[in-house]
Amino acid sequence: MENSPDPAPALVEVRGISKSFGAVRALQEVDFTLRAGEIHALLGENGAGKSTLIKAVTGVFPRDTGIVRLGGEEVAPRSAKAALQAGIATVYQEVNLLPNLSVAQNLFLDRQPMRFGIVREGEMRRRANALLADFGLDIDVAAPLGSYSVAVQHVTAIARAVDLSARVLILDEPTASLDRHEVDILFGIMRQLAKRGIGIVFVSHFLDQVYEISDRVTVLRNGRLVGERETASLPRLELIRMMLGRELAETTSARASATEHRAREICASFENYGKAGYVAPFNLELRHGEVVGLAGLLGSGRTETARLVFGAERADRGQAKVEGAPVRLQSPRDGVRHGFGYCPEERKTDGIVAELSVRENIVLALQAKRGLHRPLSRREQDEIARRYVKMLDIRPADAERPVGLLSGGNQQKVLLARWLATSPRLLVLDEPTRGIDVGAHAEIIRLIRELCDDGLALLVISSELDEIVTYSDRVVVLRDRAHVEELAGEAIDVGNILAAIAADGAAIAHEGRA
Amino acid sequence: MKGLPPVLITAIVLVAGFALCAMQFPNIASTRVVGNLLTDNAFLGIVATGMTFVIISGGIDLSVGSVIGFTTVFVALAIERWGVPPLVAFTAILLLSAGFGAAMGAVIHVFDLPPFIVTLAGMFLARGASFLLSTESVPITAPVYSTVSDFALRMPGGGRLTAIAIIMLVIVIGGALLLHLTRFGANVYALGGSRATASLMGVAVGKMTVKIYMLSSLLAGIAGIVFSFYTSAGYSLSAVGVELDTIAAVVIGGTLLTGGQGSVIGTFLGVLIQGLIQTYINFDGTLSSWWTKIATGILLFAFIALQQGLVALARRPVRKSAGATS
Repeated sequence: MENSPDPAPALVEVRGISKSFGAVRALQEVDFTLRAGEIHALLGENGAGKSTLIKAVTGVFPRDTGIVRLGGEEVAPRSAKAALQAGIATVYQEVNLLPNLSVAQNLFLDRQPMRFGIVREGEMRRRANALLADFGLDIDVAAPLGSYSVAVQHVTAIARAVDLSARVLILDEPTASLDRHEVDILFGIMRQLAKRGIGIVFVSHFLDQVYEISDRVTVLRNGRLVGERETASLPRLELIRMMLGRELAETTSARASATEHRAREICASFENYGKAGYVAPFNLELRHGEVVGLAGLLGSGRTETARLVFGAERADRGQAKVEGAPVRLQSPRDGVRHGFGYCPEERKTDGIVAELSVRENIVLALQAKRGLHRPLSRREQDEIARRYVKMLDIRPADAERPVGLLSGGNQQKVLLARWLATSPRLLVLDEPTRGIDVGAHAEIIRLIRELCDDGLALLVISSELDEIVTYSDRVVVLRDRAHVEELAGEAIDVGNILAAIAADGAAIAHEGRA
Repeated sequence: MKGLPPVLITAIVLVAGFALCAMQFPNIASTRVVGNLLTDNAFLGIVATGMTFVIISGGIDLSVGSVIGFTTVFVALAIERWGVPPLVAFTAILLLSAGFGAAMGAVIHVFDLPPFIVTLAGMFLARGASFLLSTESVPITAPVYSTVSDFALRMPGGGRLTAIAIIMLVIVIGGALLLHLTRFGANVYALGGSRATASLMGVAVGKMTVKIYMLSSLLAGIAGIVFSFYTSAGYSLSAVGVELDTIAAVVIGGTLLTGGQGSVIGTFLGVLIQGLIQTYINFDGTLSSWWTKIATGILLFAFIALQQGLVALARRPVRKSAGATS
């Protein structure tokens, strides 16, 4: 793609970097180039491999293959500390400083000005003030860092990194917890640093900010490099397609064999349902034997919608109905009681209990539904586990194996089995194919279709647009925490979804360039 | 400065308590009583100084009482039975205890084990070893002991500032300087804030852990020698449970049990408060000495509740103005 000559020499060259966690290939042969004095946005949905790339480059964990060159010389830091010494500093979203120490101590920890073995407190404060003044910050550096806002903590972290003679600054979601004014200050600092010749990697999922600040973007998807572009000449629609879509031709053909539109009974409906500051009120009908896909970018309100539907979050307006009867969904228990099931995105933290066996994980929700005083006998448990291990083809077919030892795809199936064992009427799946081998993707999709044929209502969230297109009867598109479009039947294709996601973005992208 | 408000509260409790005691027993307000208080609690002050470093760094050291016990037995046997010159015996036991602490620190760091478990093992080990040396009390009759016991600075009002009280004061002041003015001290706070972050910021976490436990055990060894001066004997059952008194003194002194905040001065005040309670009970004469424990327990509860309150306050989203000018 790059025909124009590089404006600046490459500062960091990453070539052919790969990283696997067990069976999951988190990064595959990824290349990345950062030039001196540029602000380079690294984009991708959750699980695309952004964090893995950063951590593999900075040596937080070892990489399987690939090389990193810094200023032409190959570097292989074994720890974040070594990377820092080499000149690559990373500032994470959760600021990695010590809130209990003073701002000055944070800036100069382990390199305080000394005299006769004593820290020169006054000199240290003077230098801290001088350093922060460069960043437009005038604060009491003797106060504990924790007493300041996240924005100040971020700037302190950046100031420390720059003062440690960083040539490369990696900012991981630095704006996530900042307000607009603070973002402006941060961007001002970033531009100033770039002018000094520091290369900045900016990881964010706020596309407006990407267009505002970055010179180039590199997009990752499923651990692979999608491409590197100049931000100014990249239409927003194209960028979103890079992040979400695969090959358009491939998916539209898959769509043809998908599903015929069916008129079915309504399983659950939500009218003007929403929560202030969480998701704008929406109308949603879920029918038996039908898959509804939720599409949108990260942070667009997909997971929030799912949590409201399940009762994991309380709505403050609107009416939910199950089989036509009004119900109140105040807690996940209510959801379970009405026959809902929810497989969250974060399998490891919110879903499976890694130490327990496949059998114990599968019967968990059913046992919870029955209550403690009606325990399932061991024979019933064995029977249920055997049935689902066979039905979902969970491998290895050993119900007594701890779930933590299974591959991601099989863990996902165990989660599915847990909810299926409760004979739900509605199942909500949040990113069911996340972190799973491509081979297992197809299997999960086949399962979704089968479940749907058995009369289950399904609500599926996915960043994989071609997947959503393959199995959905209807697709709800979200943007900025609101439902903006509902597509059905022939209207469901990747192009239409992308257009809905990007709808008002094209104009903003245009302004950003001007 | 960090941890000042809790220290202030400790100071106020001490002054108010002292005033109350002095109102009931005017004799308490004399240099004689204060001198005795310092002497009686000299070993506690020394070992608590070390414990302050450990707790601020986010750890705990349960072995200190046993190390004191072992030290007294070792010193007594070395001088009385093995005929070792006292100074050589002192040097040996200090090297031994420092090595013991360094080993615990290394185990904690290398195997990533909870300090509670490792130092609990150290506690049993040191106590068991002292029983192995001798199960009976060994009196020490070496001339240096009577010399040291007789030495004291006269204070106005007839009070005596004994040698062991002076040792304690020197260690408290030295500890305070080390904690608050040096890079080592700053790193102790850093470790208590977050080990992972401190490591990312360039602190050699492993070395620091070894040094901190080494310091604690070394001071426990010194406390053991001081204790042997105090009792003129070595006994394997001495200083049982002192680790808990020590932790109590540190917490009453305003150090956060979860690490990251605290001060040596606060700990010293905490030791004095415990000493004051003891003194009051001695003056009263009718109270059982167990009231010391009860009063300490109540104070401990009050201070932990206070700290939780302060921590909760600190967690509130207080947003000082960013002060940004650009």
